[in-house]
Amino acid sequence: MKLKTLLLSAAMTALVWAAPMGTALAETRVGMITTLSGGGAGLGIDVRDGFLLAIGQSGRDDIEVVIEDDQRKPDIAVQLADRMIQSDRVDVMTGIIFSNLAMAVVPSATAQGLFYLSPNAGPSALAGRGCHPNYFNVAWQNDNLHEAAGAHANGEGYENAFILAPNYPAGKDALTGFKRFFEGELAGELYTKLGQKDYAAEIAQIRASGADSVFFFLPGGMGISFLKQYADSGLDVPVIGPAFSFDQGILQAVGEAALGVVNTSQWNKDLDNPANAAFVESFEAAYGRLPSLYASQGFDTANLLLSALAKADPSDADAFRAALEEADFDSTRGDFAFGPNHHPIQDIYVRRVVKEGDVFTNEIIGVALEDHGDAYAADCAF
Amino acid sequence: MREGAVNAVLLAGLVAFPIWAQAADEPFLITLATRAVILALAAVGLNIALGWGGMVSLGHAAFFGIGGYAMGILAFHAQTYAPLMEWPFVIEGTKSMPVIWLVAVVASALAALGIGLLSLRTTGVYFIMITLAFGQMLYYFTISWTAYGGEDGMSIYVRNGFPGLNTLVPVEFYGLCLAILLLVLALNAALVRAPFGLALNAARQSPERVRTVGIDPGRLQLAAFVLSGAITGLAGALFADLNRFVSPSMLSWQMSGELIVFVILGGTARLFGPVAGAILFVALEHLLGGVSDYWHVFLGALLLLVVLFARGGLVGFLAGRVR
Amino acid sequence: MTATLLAEQILNGLQFGVMLFLMAAGLTLVFGVMGLINLAHGSLYMIGAFAAAAVAGATGSFLLALAAAMSAAAAAGALVERFVIRRLYDRDHLDQVLATFALILVFSEGTRWLFGSFPLHLDIPPALKGPVTLPGGIEYPRYRLALIAIGLAVAAGLGLLIARTRLGIRIRAGENDREMIAALGVDISTLYTVVFALGAALAGLAGALVGAIQSVQVGMGEPVLILAFVVIVIGGIGSIRGALVGALLVGLTDTLGGIFLPRFFGLFLDPSSAANVGASLASMAIYILMAVVLVWRPTGLYGARA
Repeated sequence: MKLKTLLLSAAMTALVWAAPMGTALAETRVGMITTLSGGGAGLGIDVRDGFLLAIGQSGRDDIEVVIEDDQRKPDIAVQLADRMIQSDRVDVMTGIIFSNLAMAVVPSATAQGLFYLSPNAGPSALAGRGCHPNYFNVAWQNDNLHEAAGAHANGEGYENAFILAPNYPAGKDALTGFKRFFEGELAGELYTKLGQKDYAAEIAQIRASGADSVFFFLPGGMGISFLKQYADSGLDVPVIGPAFSFDQGILQAVGEAALGVVNTSQWNKDLDNPANAAFVESFEAAYGRLPSLYASQGFDTANLLLSALAKADPSDADAFRAALEEADFDSTRGDFAFGPNHHPIQDIYVRRVVKEGDVFTNEIIGVALEDHGDAYAADCAF
Repeated sequence: MREGAVNAVLLAGLVAFPIWAQAADEPFLITLATRAVILALAAVGLNIALGWGGMVSLGHAAFFGIGGYAMGILAFHAQTYAPLMEWPFVIEGTKSMPVIWLVAVVASALAALGIGLLSLRTTGVYFIMITLAFGQMLYYFTISWTAYGGEDGMSIYVRNGFPGLNTLVPVEFYGLCLAILLLVLALNAALVRAPFGLALNAARQSPERVRTVGIDPGRLQLAAFVLSGAITGLAGALFADLNRFVSPSMLSWQMSGELIVFVILGGTARLFGPVAGAILFVALEHLLGGVSDYWHVFLGALLLLVVLFARGGLVGFLAGRVR
Repeated sequence: MTATLLAEQILNGLQFGVMLFLMAAGLTLVFGVMGLINLAHGSLYMIGAFAAAAVAGATGSFLLALAAAMSAAAAAGALVERFVIRRLYDRDHLDQVLATFALILVFSEGTRWLFGSFPLHLDIPPALKGPVTLPGGIEYPRYRLALIAIGLAVAAGLGLLIARTRLGIRIRAGENDREMIAALGVDISTLYTVVFALGAALAGLAGALVGAIQSVQVGMGEPVLILAFVVIVIGGIGSIRGALVGALLVGLTDTLGGIFLPRFFGLFLDPSSAANVGASLASMAIYILMAVVLVWRPTGLYGARA
């Protein structure tokens, strides 16, 4: 009996002790909530590594980055945000990968006066009427790459496209984005199950539809499955997709099936500018792998933050916001500016999957949209 | 240690913890404790079906989610000033917690009635699976329910209100949730001793014997299932308010699984079992998260040790077998 | 809708069904013989796929990869049975649920620890690449035809094993009366380990076969696990025949539902809302099927006991 009493009191003590002890406050505290475990971990790890690389290169030791794993669960993300705001007392937040998690965290964080810099998710709800002066998106508005795919399809002279995406808000945004720019007819429009891994039925429908091109948005494992099955189906209708299914981390898993496929992206490792060359080289040196789209976004996010911190302190919100708006940093994407709703105005490129030695990667073959903003900026009034 | 003593320690801890956290100026720990209390409430609801009723439901996340969506939908309409319904009569959204709770309880009780009626035709593993099936149906339904955010869910910008309290202050919201938990625990304790509870217990052990004394075990179980679903639904509304956010992930089968884990971890059919389980789980999540990127491995290993060596869950381990 | 498209979709449904059967067979055997609910069965599927991807990457041989998948999954299954599951046979189903839930956490993150956070590559063997033209002008992937053949062959083999061999007799005896066969001098603990490893090997095989056309990543097992549970519950727990029928029903319902429901709603709704409603209903279809079957027959189609 005594042992059990002892155990119980030990457990209670552990709980109490678990509270973070008052550490000396660094001058700027950055809270990063990102996905580091489970199936979506690859994206979060790349954002984190890119972000930390830039912070390390800056040589500033007065910035403390608090990193936590959201497990891709909205309720965990909200809880971590509460902790960072209430207990870690961060000034700036960043890191979230998935739109549904961003929707859970961002509105309440910005309402509490924090700055949020998005390194990946750009849901339309935060770009239009739900925009906030303290919310900056450093990646893209969710529709951007799909719009570029639509524009590219016009350029290729496609007139009859078959389009498909998972049945969830980002999927609907994707197809809406594509249709916003695509001028041809639709041979078919299909919503698949979220998380679906077998596309035999959809591929059969594509075959039967007589389409002259296929646009798909299937992030993560869904895209890997689709591409492998599509390549094996013997269909030779050209495929276009956003970069998410052709990224560095994922391409090796798709393998030969992705070779030659065209995709749209705001970044690629062969973009010709000094900031990008230095980034690609230092990322490879630091982590021993090629950087991905997500790593570049994390890197740019950190550099944007550093550029603003050089001019103002987050405690002076107006000055800090003005400093962020200038976007006075060397982006790995070359030209980069913020639109009126704090979303990027940038070029979006067309890439093609190639093999360099043993590694699958992308090369840029053209520009789909120049200085492209987003469709929601007009709805945004701060 | 007797079970009563274990319960008393837990109770004292629940009351003392926020006072300490307040003094130490650690508001986040209060938020964390609120999460534990709300999850405990959901698990207490499940324990009525699972522990006393012997109905292992792998679909209780459905009720949790219905409660969450009741809050989300009402508050969403209140924050956009768009009435929920205009015909035949106008229903406005609301930001008042008591109204939301009532709607959450009624809605999840009705859902539990429907699901229970159909599911209780089966027993054992089939019951586990049919409740899972209903849970999955609702899960996929909310994912494609675009009017209320689909997979993205809905953000509610400001926590709903309760007369006389500022629910935005962590400790006040904690107190509110704790009061509800204690109220439900008291109800639970009374129920177990009441004829209904005794008959339910008997129906779990031997339905035939209950039938011979003229009680229909099916109706008893259905009543317990509805009560169980209603409590879990209430917890769902509170959980949504804690996060100011609702999404289909509240209805995922992993959520149902976690609720079961809380109950077993703490001790099945023990009054404070689910409470102990939820507290332990939330604490482990919080403590292990910082240890390594791969902390799920350690969480899994710890859970395994509990099953293998601490039979009867935490409360059972501390208090010994039920006499 | 043309006849060839319909035929192709039925083949797709069959292929999905037989792969589900490989998963469900192990689950239903383990439940039938040992009365154990194994939530970690999906992890064995994942282990098979990862082992196959690793071996295929190192050797380039798909056959070796399949062998590796089956042995790795069987080994993992045997280890788990020996050190964890064995202690749980006389326990409540609930303890089994908790323990195997814990095993999912350990296996998933352990795999990520070993193999990293990015999906792995596993390709179709060159001999089975590309489509073939079937009678009636249907172009169908050769590999998927091979999957159907392998699945049906395994089903037949498993049927023979259970009907004709000594092991099969013991398995059937174990399903009927566990205490009695122990009393008759059968080494029950070896039997349990063998059955568990057999089920695990089938799951590993399914993981490797399906991994070649899908993505090999952490967490790939859980969605399949849920479907496999749906299958064995529809078929009746413990029944191999039920698992086969259930798997084909679920495979066909899911595939055909995804095609026909949006078209059905297209008859009286505008295209985009038809696509929407149809897609939502299609994702619920198999659960509706399961609920209907259970309400109609509370122990599944071929289930004898609850």
